[in-house]
Parts: sequence; C-alpha cells; structure tokens
Amino acid sequence: MTWSLFVVQLLNGIQYGFLLFLMAAGLTLVFGIMSFVNLAHGSLYMMGAYFAAWAFNNGLFGIKESFLIAAFVGVTGSFVLGVVLERTLLTGLYARDHLDQVLATFGLILVFNEVARYIWGVSPYYMQVPKALEGTVDILGIAYPSYRFMIILVGAGVALGMYWLIQKTRIGMLIRAGASNAPMVGALGVNIKLLNTLLFGVGAALAGVAGLMAGPILSVQPGMGEPILIVVLVVIVTGGIGSIRGAFYAALIVGVIDTVGRVFLPIMLREIMERSLAQAAGPAIASLLIYLVMAVVLAIKPEGLFPVKNG
Amino acid sequence: MLKTLKPAWIAILVMVVLAAIPIYAALASQPFYVTLFSRIMIFALAAVALNLILGFGGMVSLGHAFYLGVGAYAAGILTAEGITSGWAHLAAALAAGLVFALAIGAVSLRTHGMIFIMITLAFAQMGYFLVVSLKNYGGDDGLPLPTRSDFGIFSLANNTVLYYLIFVCLAATLWFFSRLIESRFGYVLRGAKSNERRMLALGFPVFRYKLAAYVISALVCVVAGFLLANLTKFSSPSYMAWVVSGDIIVIIVLGGMGTLFGPVVGAIVFLLLEELLSSWKPGWFPGIEEVINKHWLALIGVFVIVVILTAKQGLYGQLVGGRLGKRMANGGAASSGGTRHA
Repeated sequence: MTWSLFVVQLLNGIQYGFLLFLMAAGLTLVFGIMSFVNLAHGSLYMMGAYFAAWAFNNGLFGIKESFLIAAFVGVTGSFVLGVVLERTLLTGLYARDHLDQVLATFGLILVFNEVARYIWGVSPYYMQVPKALEGTVDILGIAYPSYRFMIILVGAGVALGMYWLIQKTRIGMLIRAGASNAPMVGALGVNIKLLNTLLFGVGAALAGVAGLMAGPILSVQPGMGEPILIVVLVVIVTGGIGSIRGAFYAALIVGVIDTVGRVFLPIMLREIMERSLAQAAGPAIASLLIYLVMAVVLAIKPEGLFPVKNG
Repeated sequence: MLKTLKPAWIAILVMVVLAAIPIYAALASQPFYVTLFSRIMIFALAAVALNLILGFGGMVSLGHAFYLGVGAYAAGILTAEGITSGWAHLAAALAAGLVFALAIGAVSLRTHGMIFIMITLAFAQMGYFLVVSLKNYGGDDGLPLPTRSDFGIFSLANNTVLYYLIFVCLAATLWFFSRLIESRFGYVLRGAKSNERRMLALGFPVFRYKLAAYVISALVCVVAGFLLANLTKFSSPSYMAWVVSGDIIVIIVLGGMGTLFGPVVGAIVFLLLEELLSSWKPGWFPGIEEVINKHWLALIGVFVIVVILTAKQGLYGQLVGGRLGKRMANGGAASSGGTRHA
C-alpha cells in the first residue's frame, strides 16, 4: 500500500517538476541573455491556459473538445502574446535595473488578472481531460492516470528538444553566445534584437504549454499564475539563474520534494510525535520544505546549484 | 513655485495636514477619513522602513510584507491567548521580528541583485504558508482581535487615539531615520549602495552594516504590522501576501526612492488612488464606472507601469527637484556628502 502510494506520489512529483521546468526554462533563458526578470511569466501561463480551455470548450472551425486544437490555440496564443508584449513594452525595460523590471511586470500581472476576470469571469473555468487520455497506464504494476503520464512525456520531450536546440543548432550557439556577451554578439552582426524577441516568444509559448497541460488537472482562474510563478522563481534561484540545466534539475527536485513531502511528512511526523501536534505541524512544514531547501542551497552556494560561468 | 520651496517645508506641510485630518473628519462628520488615513500612515511607515534599505542601501527586498504579518500576528496570537497588554504585544512582536530579521537577513544578504529579490520573496512566502497553516489561529480565514491592544495609560478603543499613535510612530521614525541617514552609519550604508567593493576595500565590514540596516527596517515594519492589526482588529494572512510587498515597493518608487519623505507622499497618492478607483461614482458614464469599480486593479497596474516608465525620480523626488533627483536616477545615490535628504 505505502509502496504504491509512494510510486504514485513520486510520479506526481516528477509530473509537477516537468510543469515547473516548462515555466522555468523560458524565464531563465530570458534572464540569462537579457538580464531581464519577467514576473508576468505567470500571467503568460494563465493566458495560455485560458486560450486553450476556451478553444477546447468553444471549439474552432466547428470542432469542439479537441485537445489538439486547444493545444494549437493555447501555444500560438501565448507565443503571439509574448512577442507583442516584448516588442511593445518590455524592450524598453532591458536597460533598466532589476527593480524597475520587477515593478513594471508586477503592474502587468495586475492588468492580466483583471483582463482574465473581465473576459472569463471570477469563477474557475474548467477543461476536461481529453477522451483518449481518460484511462490509466500501467507503471511498475501501478495504475497511473494517462493524462498525467502524458505531461511527463511532453515535459521530457521539451527538455530533450531544448537540449538539442541549445547545444546542437546554430540558433542555440547564438543563444549561448548571447548569454555570455550579448553586445559582442550584436557587434558581430547578429540581429540580437530579433533573437531576443524570438527567445521571449519561445519562453512564452513554453509557459503556454505548461498552462495547457495544467488546465485539465487544475482549475483555470484569474491569479492562477502567481502561486506557480513563485515556485518557479524558487526553482530558478536554486538551480542557478540563467542555467537551463540548473532549472531542469532544480525543477525536478522541487517538484518531487514538494509533492512527496506533502503526503509523507505528516505521516512520518505522526510516528515521532503526538497525533494532534503532527496534524497541525505536518502540512505547515511540508509547505515550507521547498523554501527551506532553497534557503539551505543559497546559504551554502549563493549562486545556486549550477551557476552560469561567464554570465 | 514649488521648486523654490525647501524640501523640508513640503514634508512639514504634509505632516501638518496629516495631523489635522481627525479634526477635519470630526467637523465634517466623516469618521471614515480617520480610518482611511490611519491605513495610509501605516503603509507610509512600512514604506519609509523599507526605503531605508531599498533607497539608501540598494537592497531590494520583495518580502517586507512578512514583517507586517509578524507584527499583526504577534498582537493577534497573544490576544487570542488572553494577553491583552499592548506592551507585551509590542515586545513580543519586536522580539519575534528581531529573530526572524537576523536569520533571514543573514542568509539573504549573502546574495546580491536579482537573487536577493527572489530569496526575500521566498522567505515571505514561507511566512505566508506558515500562518495559513496555523489552524488554531484562524488559518486561511485570519484571526479577529476582539479588542485592541491595551496600553493602560491610553485606550486604543478610540479611533482618534489610535490615529495619533500611528502619527507619532511615523513622525518619530522619520526623525530617527533623518538622523540615521546623516550619521556615519548612514554614510557607510549609502557608500555600500553605490560601490560595495570600494567600501570593502576601505575596510568597512559592509555585511554587518547592511544586516543592521535590514534589521532596523524590519523592526519598523513589524511596528507597522502591529498597528495595522490594531486598526483592522484583524490579523490576516493576506497582510503577508507578496502583492503587499510589491505594493510597498511601488509606493516607494512612486514617491521617490532615496528620499526620506518620498514614501509618505507615495503612500498617500497610492492608497487614495485605490480608494478612489474602487468606489468612484460621479455618474458620468454608468457602464464604464461599474467596470472601473470592479476592475480597478487593472488601472492600478497600468498606473504602476506608466510611473515606472516615465517618472524615475518619483513624485516627491520630482518636487524637490533637479539636482538631487538627477543624481538618484544616475544611480549615484548621493554617496558624497552635502546632499540633503529631507
């Protein structure tokens, strides 16, 4: 019983970790190259989820409840939104200090939340799990929901794709070069502005993918971006700001610790202390775990687990 | 015309107006103003406190709402346990704040720039989840205070008395900070903002100075939180929400960071704007007004973006004018002597 519970929770943790990675990848890339911090990344996730859920429920070209169409609309929508946002507003902030960037994107969060509330209302907006993925798959003799398993697969696919893109392609080479010295790359004749815009758009699209995936398992509602954004910030800081590799490992660590801790910490505490006390303290400590991990990591390595060199 | 006024006079003028608010409220029989401006002054106090490390020390803490919560919950929890003495509340709040600020500061200040912003945010979130999980003390719903803190010699049950207590706290903090900033301590702090490496090379133990400033700033915020719980008779987890930390920074930047009095102006403008937008009904465009009243946060968001993009010096910084403001915007942070920080 406990074994199967553990495996399920571990898988849930990995699945959550991949969702976090989808968010963290875009954010950390943008930070690594443009030294720009975008708190509104959570809003892009929210908008992606809304676009997808809207397309799923209302249909496009008369096809309703198609997950592929939802995916197309969600991802394209957040990509376009990201590019427009970058071109119109955010480029003006690149040269500013971090404080201005944090505040301006903080303002953007307020705007996006109200826009979502205005268009789709306050109450949560639901999106069904696609019919084909309603069942379960068999992993190590344990039935695990197919949809959640698909999130793991998509996350792993995106991680591999990112690795290929950054390590093996010309664009990836430019991205890496931009991360270590953007003005120099520009001086060598690369259109660094276009690269920035593209990168920001890809980051936004990945946030949209995360929103799309999260739609059927969480409720889509205004303000859904902030809680995950803060966890993503924890991931990025723990992994080392600007490092994709760091974001990947930290996302999985944080996802697993958070999910497994929430289930097993109260059980473990019950073994060693009084029941009533454990019941009160268990969930409290579990929700603090990831922040504690981050604090410990930063106390030992202020630059994070995988600091970027030449940054 | 205004630019010819000395900065100190603007500050004194604003404080005189603040002191006169309860009298005006009594004459106009609008007791609501007393509560509104109590709230404004509490946020002004928190913003002035954060500005000590943000504007003068260059440490952007996105987690100062945590200390508001510490103050509020110290009062709330002790009242729930049957201890109503205000002195005990204040002592407990300050002691808890000191412990937290030393621990959090010691870890956070090892980092710089962006990571510092994020780590302070994360610590504040930790505090938020901690109070949410305190099921015995209200958890998610917050903790109502049946009575306000009891100081014996004066009763806070009266809103006007509480108002003047907050006023005195704010005025005392402004005076204390004005002395602090011009002291050797203040010079070291400002030096560390403009060039930490040089200060280290000169032999200053910068970390200790920054930690001390962080703790002072946190403790003033704790007092603000204590006052906030007394004003609302409620300790809510929402005081610790990260949006509140963001709001406090917006207030500072709006008023003018790196000026002592700027955050007070920022708090007045920001909170009045909030109040106005959420209840504005002049009857001109019925449909639009309803949308504004419902979605005023979006307008606040737009306002924040516009302020950040245009007014680098903040309102008060603009007002006290040219030379000082320009140096702030250049990041020079007035590290050399002779600049007034009124």
